[in-house]
Amino acid sequence: MAEAVIRTASQIAEREGLIEVTEVNVRLGEIQQVDLEVFKFALSQLKTQELKKARFNIRRAEARFRCRACGCEWLFSADELDEEAREAVHFIPEAAHTFVRCPECGSRDFEFTSGRGVWIESIKGVRE
Amino acid sequence: MKIDPRISLIEERLKGIRRVIAVSSGKGGVGKSLVSSALALTLARRGLRTGLFDMDFTSPASHIILGVGDAQPEEADGIVPPVVHGLKYMSIIHYVHDRASPLRGVDLSNVVTELLAVTIWGKLDFLVIDMPPGISDVVLDVLRLIRKAEFLVVTTPSRLAFETVRKLIDLLLELGVPVLGVIENMKMGSSDRIRREVEGRGLNFWGEVPFDPRLEESIGDAGRLMRTEFGRAIERMAAEKLGIT
Repeated sequence: MAEAVIRTASQIAEREGLIEVTEVNVRLGEIQQVDLEVFKFALSQLKTQELKKARFNIRRAEARFRCRACGCEWLFSADELDEEAREAVHFIPEAAHTFVRCPECGSRDFEFTSGRGVWIESIKGVRE
Repeated sequence: MKIDPRISLIEERLKGIRRVIAVSSGKGGVGKSLVSSALALTLARRGLRTGLFDMDFTSPASHIILGVGDAQPEEADGIVPPVVHGLKYMSIIHYVHDRASPLRGVDLSNVVTELLAVTIWGKLDFLVIDMPPGISDVVLDVLRLIRKAEFLVVTTPSRLAFETVRKLIDLLLELGVPVLGVIENMKMGSSDRIRREVEGRGLNFWGEVPFDPRLEESIGDAGRLMRTEFGRAIERMAAEKLGIT
């Protein structure tokens, strides 16, 4: 994930003609249970030249699901899962459809309304 | 702005792979998983570095055909697929095992993207993809995300099967996507209709695989699969059409 963020931020910087990136705003979804400190450390280790001075602002996005069958919305917590299911959802969030059911009607047909994956919201920097 | 960083990693993950063969069909039940498995085994047995990626996420079958068992990927700055019968093997079954995975289109796209972004294949001569049937999300994502993919299309002699296969072929040709050829599986009669249809479109007809009643008995045993009439036919076609020795 960190590698993907650094690579993408570098590509955006190059495309936008930024000689130096000062800020990268990242959202980290909670479905995959990524350790924030480990993620920050990985980002710091992988920084490329144009990102050396960049501040990474990482905001968590809570994991929210909505049942397509009954409309129930709920906050997902991986703590409710056993170790095998937690690991599956960590690597493939869509594995939640295998291990999680709607708390109201029991359906596995639900959508992730928030908290899936990692994404870059914005980048600030200095142009040539 | 919401930029998905996974996309930028995919090219990096695939750059060590020389050729990607997506074994596809418009129709289910024509033998894609068996063809994919036998093709990948053939390539690996010829000493070529080969991976097999089961992208039929809701109905995976290649793990049963190959008897994958408990082989699990390792985490190392991504996911390193286990080696099964000489193949680097990736499937959703490593994570959900034998449980049902009810996934809608957007979920399927996310699984394709996620696994392409995290799987570390390393250097491969061939990556064989066992595709789901039809021309929906996963096929469109492979076309979008794996620009080097070449399609090997499987049909049966059935007019119903070939009607859907024809649509897949027409789509691929319209998009300028390389179509390696078409295999006619479960051949029972003597009609050359499929060959004519395929060659009439300027495509390579890989050949006919006779219906093999003993094939079912080989499920779960890769060695036995390759000794069946089916396995030998796929091996012969792959050697000839891919120019492997």
